Amino acid sequence: MELTPLLTWSALPLAVVLSSFVPGIAIMFLREEQTRLRNTLNMAGAVAKVALVGLMLQGVAAGASYEWALEVIPELSLTLRGDALALLFVTLSAVLWLVTTLYAIAYLEESENRTRFFAFFSLCVTATTGLAMAGDLFTFVFFYEALTWATYPLVVHKGTPEAIRAGRTYLFYTLGAGAILVVGAVWFQVEAGTVQFAAGGVVDGAAVAAEPVTWAFIFAFLLIGMGVKSALFPIHGWLPTAMVAPAPVSALLHAVAVVKAGAFGVTRLLHSLFGIEVAWEMGAAMVVAGLAAFTIVYASIRALAQDDLKKVLAFSTVSQLSYIALGVALLDPLAHAGGLVHLVHQGIMKITLFFCAGLVAQTLGVKKISQMGGVARRMPLTMAAFTIGALGMIGLPPVAGFLSKWYLGLGALGAGQSWVIAVLLASSLLNAAYFLPILKTAYFDEPDPSWAEGEKAPRPRWEADWRMVVPALTTAGFSLAAGLLAASSWSPLGWALFIIERGVL
Amino acid sequence: MTPLDLYAWAGVAVFLLALHAVVTRAHLIWKVLGINLMGTGVFLILLAAPARRDPLVADPLPQGMVLTGIVVAVAATALALGMALRVMSRTGSPFLTVDPESADPDPDAPEPPS
Amino acid sequence: MTGAELWTTAAVFGPLLAALVALGGRPWTLKAGLALGSGTALAGSLGLWVEVTRQGPVRHLLGGWGAPLGIELWADGFSVAMLTVTAVVGAAVSLYSLSYFGDLSELDAGASPAGRAARYFAPLWLLLWAALNGIYLSADLFNLYVSLEILGLAAAALVTLAVTPKATVAGMRYLIVSLVGSMLFLLGVALLYTEFGTLSLEELAAAAPAGPMAAASLALMTVGMAAKTALFPLHAWLPPAHAGAPAPASALLSAVVVKGSFFILVRLWFAVYGGASDGGLLLMGGLGAAAILWGSVLALRQRSLKRVIAYSTVAQLGYLFIMFPLLAPEGLGAGGASGPASPEWSDDAWTGGILLALSHALAKAAMFMAAGNMTYAVARDALRDISGVAHRLPMSFLAFGLGGLSLAGLPPSAGFVGKWLLLREAISAGGWFWVAIITIGGLLTIAYVLMVLRHALDLKASSGDFRPVPKRMEWAALLLALAAATLGVRATETFQILLQGGVTPWS
Repeated sequence: MELTPLLTWSALPLAVVLSSFVPGIAIMFLREEQTRLRNTLNMAGAVAKVALVGLMLQGVAAGASYEWALEVIPELSLTLRGDALALLFVTLSAVLWLVTTLYAIAYLEESENRTRFFAFFSLCVTATTGLAMAGDLFTFVFFYEALTWATYPLVVHKGTPEAIRAGRTYLFYTLGAGAILVVGAVWFQVEAGTVQFAAGGVVDGAAVAAEPVTWAFIFAFLLIGMGVKSALFPIHGWLPTAMVAPAPVSALLHAVAVVKAGAFGVTRLLHSLFGIEVAWEMGAAMVVAGLAAFTIVYASIRALAQDDLKKVLAFSTVSQLSYIALGVALLDPLAHAGGLVHLVHQGIMKITLFFCAGLVAQTLGVKKISQMGGVARRMPLTMAAFTIGALGMIGLPPVAGFLSKWYLGLGALGAGQSWVIAVLLASSLLNAAYFLPILKTAYFDEPDPSWAEGEKAPRPRWEADWRMVVPALTTAGFSLAAGLLAASSWSPLGWALFIIERGVL
Repeated sequence: MTPLDLYAWAGVAVFLLALHAVVTRAHLIWKVLGINLMGTGVFLILLAAPARRDPLVADPLPQGMVLTGIVVAVAATALALGMALRVMSRTGSPFLTVDPESADPDPDAPEPPS
Repeated sequence: MTGAELWTTAAVFGPLLAALVALGGRPWTLKAGLALGSGTALAGSLGLWVEVTRQGPVRHLLGGWGAPLGIELWADGFSVAMLTVTAVVGAAVSLYSLSYFGDLSELDAGASPAGRAARYFAPLWLLLWAALNGIYLSADLFNLYVSLEILGLAAAALVTLAVTPKATVAGMRYLIVSLVGSMLFLLGVALLYTEFGTLSLEELAAAAPAGPMAAASLALMTVGMAAKTALFPLHAWLPPAHAGAPAPASALLSAVVVKGSFFILVRLWFAVYGGASDGGLLLMGGLGAAAILWGSVLALRQRSLKRVIAYSTVAQLGYLFIMFPLLAPEGLGAGGASGPASPEWSDDAWTGGILLALSHALAKAAMFMAAGNMTYAVARDALRDISGVAHRLPMSFLAFGLGGLSLAGLPPSAGFVGKWLLLREAISAGGWFWVAIITIGGLLTIAYVLMVLRHALDLKASSGDFRPVPKRMEWAALLLALAAATLGVRATETFQILLQGGVTPWS
């Protein structure tokens, strides 16, 4: 295939990063009432990002690779590299940012401080795309830490004492772990002599064998740094607390940016820094797999006990994220494919669920599961989308979640870790145990008086603001399509297998 | 001990005495004069400096330094006295009595002049 | 006249001349003076940057007379970096001061305090600027002393431009500490001259000072300079003085004035004394560590905006002294005794430490100016009084936040790069104590910066009285904060100029 000059432009990764950075900065200087200009900037940035990512996808599929670097100090550069692995995450972020922006514009229509909100929203996505394409550990840490502070104003957006507390918990966890991450990263550079990411790792197995304690500490420091955002037990506590934030922020935290940054970081740690073989030899990968497996089951059990809908979803995220860590930690390419594809699948399914939870809360004021009786009759489209997401989380075909679990299971068998199958089964049962009752309440119970009595006004033509319904339906559609069209090479699964084949991991 | 050594030791003594005064005396005039005297002590040491190496060769450099030093000391003392006066007129006391660490938050925070 | 001669002359005598112009006491003379001072300082520092990058350290014999009788100006990478950051901060503060002191129409009312401040800020600041540049370009001890004395006098006078009794007392206390510090320095100079018969830093470095007299002299000069730099435990004068001064003066004092005496300390300890003793370096590092912890904890306990920032200066200066033990080749503090000092100084510690000094200058000036904007708007300084200003002054809020990022060492900021380098040195030398201090200090910094930001964001308690803040003041703060952030993504040029001459330019 002939590549046009645009497709080989090496600064494309920078353009992708700037496509949200520039609108973000511009929005910061707008006045609160300049709604139209702000929305235009937002949507223009989001569309431009998707378009640029589309270009890169084509280029990478045809064999191009992109690298752009800015020397910060000699031998330490900000390096952005667009390869197949980076694009998996960037595409997810870019597409979900677009739908989330549309959703957020409607969701926050009447609220205060939207200028601040959208400015930092854009900065978060900037940091996420930056770390997704980071070509070395320095760049990764740079954007990872930037993501931490850029998210804070969003978590405390409501300004209530509860939100401020959640923000403090969030910073306590993420900045504390961030500080440890920085020390680990510098230590890595001192010992390994490089910060480059490379497929198969840059750490010499012999060096690790010579100094096992040092390397174990480095791995632990880096794992704590990455693990906190990916909500590995026991440093997951911030995520359920942070769900007090507005729904679009939860979507951002749980699907588009923050937790994905952590999961992606764990992947980079295992595959691009240490290399999965070395990580297994030093026993580190087994620790990750064990922690992940425990987190999967533990968080599912915690989810059972919640009545607050968003809290159930939050614990579900904690659990589902560990699928990614588990997959990439096993010593089998199919498990890697399962972990990587779950990065995307979990994102599109979880964002659907959060969109729906936000819709129900915004339209009917329903936040607890016990009040959800009959909601499906009032909001059929929303609950249809919710159902698709929930079934996907449980792992029923044809929704995308099934494929993740399937590949994880195959990989576990391939790696000779058959206990993983038990974890997967237990988790699926638990998922069913907390999602199915929600569906049952929504579809079959009588309308709950807490929302049904307040409903006097004539219904809008749509069941709610269309700018919120359409994103939810879109991502639900993605979840179905990713499962139904998995055989296509452009599906998330196809791309994940492409990554494995290419040996980019 | 040569006479020049005597200068040097006298200089050290003056410096230490003056430093003692600056530290222990609370009155601002004492402090300002003490600082001035500390300088004088150093000048004595400087004048004696060439003796350590060759007492027979005249060295113009210390003379130049002392002259410059005196000019600087005059300026510093003048400013310090002026500021001491301002302290007295603004706080009514020749001591540093208003504790800048106290009374926080400040009820009369520095209001920017308009 | 060579380029080096032209640019050193511009950097020192430009601001001095400008100070005379600004003494004219009319609005246009103030503006002309500030423009002349900023222009010459910027041109001088940038010109020297080019010269030093091209040909290494440069020398200017004033009037053609060299040492021992003449005065030399001398610049290496360290001098140029400090000159440049001073010029950038200085230009922004000059711009800021034009609006901060009103429309300057009250200049003639010499009796009114506001008019006095407006009238004397510019000449005092320009004089101070000339003195600072003089310090950075001095090649001999006595020239350092004279510059230092001018710096101290002008700085104390700037504090007392604020008319409150507290500021006056704080200024007086500052003056006393500063003068005593200068006297200790001068005594050290006298002792060195007595022993070695030269004032030239280069000749002293060649003589490799050692022995009791040299040690006593270094101790005296160090105490004097540490007092002026407000190194723990000699820091008590700083918070009231820096918090009490008018905002542009606070910005200058915290950002650049304390760096003058820091610069002298670094020059003495490394360039002249070749690192002195291991124990001494460890002591300086230990005091720095104590300053970081103590200053940060006290910053957290303040209730007034400017005092938080002032205590933060005490803490951040500690980082600059952590550089001292880390510079040593064998990595002091690793537990093992280091052998005879090899000439290999750590480039990481050097560039990291000085980058932190530069980033602190930019960020702290931005934060003090942003804080000045907030207090300007609400005419109050307590943290609870700035409730809600973030919504009225988004640019100042942003400037404060960006500056805070730099102090905390979060990207994108020069502080992030500087800390990375210091950590790299500490880890490769096995100095885990320093790693812990650097990390904890960063987290404490985040805590007090966040404390301010939270108050500024608080909507519920916001009062109605907001005085509009001139846009120029907001821009000045934001530009400096952006400069600190920019230095965090592109520091190669700075990194390389710092290696021109490096730690010990005369060895």
